[in-house]
Amino acid sequence: MDVAKDLFRYLEKIPGGQLIITSTDAIFNWGRANSLWYMLFGLKCCAIEGIMAAGASRFDLDRFGMIFRASPRQSDLMIVAGTVTAKMAPRLKKLYEQMSEPRYVLAMGSCAITGGAFYYDSYSAVKGVDNLIPVDVYVPGCPPRPEAVIEGFMKLQAKIKKESILKR
Amino acid sequence: MSEEKKIAAAELLIECRKLQATYDYLPFMTAIDYPEKNIIELVYRLQSTATNETLMLKVELPRDKAEVSSLISVWPAADWHEREVYDMFGVKFIGHPDLRRILLPPDWQGYPLLKDYTDPNMIKKPVTI
Ligand code: SF4
Repeated sequence: MDVAKDLFRYLEKIPGGQLIITSTDAIFNWGRANSLWYMLFGLKCCAIEGIMAAGASRFDLDRFGMIFRASPRQSDLMIVAGTVTAKMAPRLKKLYEQMSEPRYVLAMGSCAITGGAFYYDSYSAVKGVDNLIPVDVYVPGCPPRPEAVIEGFMKLQAKIKKESILKR
Repeated sequence: MSEEKKIAAAELLIECRKLQATYDYLPFMTAIDYPEKNIIELVYRLQSTATNETLMLKVELPRDKAEVSSLISVWPAADWHEREVYDMFGVKFIGHPDLRRILLPPDWQGYPLLKDYTDPNMIKKPVTI
């Protein structure tokens, strides 16, 4: 992306003021959207598609600037890939709290979105990870193909590019 | 095909001490709940590493007083299997040194693999005809 050309689109004056801050936003967002380091949070079968297959050379998340981190403190994005059980729920919350702002969550697969196949008659599945933490992008499927997950990342990038450091 | 053998709960430990000579390996054990017969059936699978013979051992316990002696002293592999059966079915294994929940959180109430288990978080599947 040509940043210099893009900056122009973001230029905007604050009413009554002379300061222009949106260009700062553009640079921040450009950096954030293109270096989404994601945390390894594979809980079940979805991890194979969303984290392992998508991260390996065929689908290659590196070209989006996405590198996996094994620590929540270094990551910006949590891909919740799989069923969250009642026992995992407090740990998931704790890991989310350890991530530094700005942080994003992508709920991957029907299990993470609603409980999926374990919605009925399950004593342990949490019915949707959005009961625990705020979710930015949902990628449906069981499991979603890596292409679908990449589409989800691009949706997230589009969302990040619309953000402002003032609002966050 | 493996042989099947039913024994009474009271004789389990004595019987297994004898069986240990042939079957030196306990690959798994589990339980099944039969509320209509009012029993919990324990299933032990025994195997001999020398001859590959297998034996399916079945023990029936009354549902309201599900207690049986632990087999750790015979096959140490029974340790975690018995903990799992305790976790899911509430069967008490007498003589088990460390009978705690193994998979569910320690503060969990009830035994979820019993057929009549309910939980406020559980959503019943709507019946479709
Ligand atoms: S959505 Fe499907 S593939 Fe993904 S974790 Fe659940 S059952 Fe597995």
